Amino acid sequence: MIETAALDAQMRADLVEYLLRLADDRVVLGHRLSEWCGHGPILEEDIALTNIALDFLGQANHLLELAGELEGEGRSADDLVYSRDEIDYRNCLLTEQPNGDFAATIARQLFFDVYDFLLSEQLAASEFEPLAGLGGKMHKEAQYHVRHSREWMLRLGDGTSESHRRAQAAVDALWTYTAELFDGDEVDARLSQARIAADLESLETRWQELIGTVLREATLGISDEQQYQRRGGRRGHHTEHLGHMLAEMQILARSNPGAKW
Amino acid sequence: MHDETQQLEAFQARIDAGEKIEPKDWMPDNYRRQLIRMISQHAHSEVVGMLPEGNWITRAPSLRRKMILLAKVQDEAGHGLYLYSAAETLGIDRAELIEQLLTGKAKYSNIFNYPTLTWADIGMIGWLVDGAAIVNQTMLAKCHFGPYSRAMIRICKEENFHNKQGYELVATLARGTPQQRRMAQESLNRWWWPTLMMFGPPDDQSPNSAQLMRWKIKLQSNDELRQRFVDRTVAEAKAIDLEIPDPDLRFNEQTGHWEHGPIDWDEFWRVIRGDGPYNHERIRVRREAHERGAWVREAAEAYALKRREKAASAAG
Repeated sequence: MIETAALDAQMRADLVEYLLRLADDRVVLGHRLSEWCGHGPILEEDIALTNIALDFLGQANHLLELAGELEGEGRSADDLVYSRDEIDYRNCLLTEQPNGDFAATIARQLFFDVYDFLLSEQLAASEFEPLAGLGGKMHKEAQYHVRHSREWMLRLGDGTSESHRRAQAAVDALWTYTAELFDGDEVDARLSQARIAADLESLETRWQELIGTVLREATLGISDEQQYQRRGGRRGHHTEHLGHMLAEMQILARSNPGAKW
Repeated sequence: MHDETQQLEAFQARIDAGEKIEPKDWMPDNYRRQLIRMISQHAHSEVVGMLPEGNWITRAPSLRRKMILLAKVQDEAGHGLYLYSAAETLGIDRAELIEQLLTGKAKYSNIFNYPTLTWADIGMIGWLVDGAAIVNQTMLAKCHFGPYSRAMIRICKEENFHNKQGYELVATLARGTPQQRRMAQESLNRWWWPTLMMFGPPDDQSPNSAQLMRWKIKLQSNDELRQRFVDRTVAEAKAIDLEIPDPDLRFNEQTGHWEHGPIDWDEFWRVIRGDGPYNHERIRVRREAHERGAWVREAAEAYALKRREKAASAAG
């Protein structure tokens, strides 16, 4: 196990960056899911989607506290959420895509949840203890999330002709954001070498298998794997959607600088 | 005829003896109708009440507040489900109740026909609106219809929690920056009178009250409940230096109660009739969510049917 005190400057900087990536995925996707609250197709889904949003926001809160601590500049989790601009956000593009219809929300969720399930499994075995603890908790929650998104994907894919058409359209539209999930850079390489972070490339094959199984069972076609893949979120190069989301999310906090809530 | 009179007398005798009425027991049609009306109104209020609060989820100013608000709105969805189930024990199904809401046939609490314009309104709903609801629900928890009473006991616990969180939010603003303080006072000014109206018309103008009290569904009158709310809330406002927007508010030494000025009942009836500031918007949004979700509900049903058929053919 690696203790915080044993981290060198490079490792510390890498970890801050890595934790922001993990946290921002959760802040952004949690926020998107929270937009459903009160507008779901049935009351039970208002409850379920809100539950998942709460899980993500809770995880993000812990990850950001840890990032702030390691960074050592006195930034709290709220500072990181409410005072960073879009270019400093590190979430992948998939998570910021608008809710669309319920099928788009479920497809986005299935892609992310399966990724998160595999990722958190590795994080739970991280050599960096605080991350291992959070990874274990994330993995437990991811199991429920996968169950939820899988069951809905089956209902929609194998439900009516309309739901099938919508589910297929959602899968096709969002496929372009999936390769980015497994893009590693030098931060990932150094941290996974030290057995602190997940080995992203190793997740991809299993992700493809699991997603393929669910989609086939849902009578849906798997998208053309040659489809153009969009990337950039981890470097702050987002789609135009994120700026609008942050404008709304941050307005109150930013218009009252120094206020306590 | 004779039989029915006897049944009615026996029914009233059970209530007078303090027994709880359960769904399978004999009950007068009118009793059943009144309960369906009350419980479904209550369920609709929970569901419509998600909207004014939901309006601020995406703008909540900290992670902690966002999570508290999400969990609160989620609780309300849960209360809605629970109350629809309680109404279903009386022989009406949820789809029909929702239809009544969307067509405007069923009512819900008037208070949700007002908009949430600032973040302080989120605190005000927890403090005032949930505070008023608790006063009412604490009484209903003792009512003599079993499923409603049990639902209320459970719901009251969560409402108490929401009420504390709301008051804490308002108190935080009241001792915050001048801008936050102004936000809190301005919000109290808007919500105070509509909250007093939540207890319903004065006792001499409340058409259902007498019968409901005979049946021990209501145990206290609208005015009594309103008084209890005013007494406890005036003290809470003073503790955080906010001013109740009522120039006539006076403490009566003899009775030990705070007496409030006249309530604008014209406004109350106008909002009930559908012309409140936000009636149209609330129903429009509910209807839109319902219509947009229709294909999802149909898909879930079609899928469940396919699964049942598959299981049956495998078994056969």
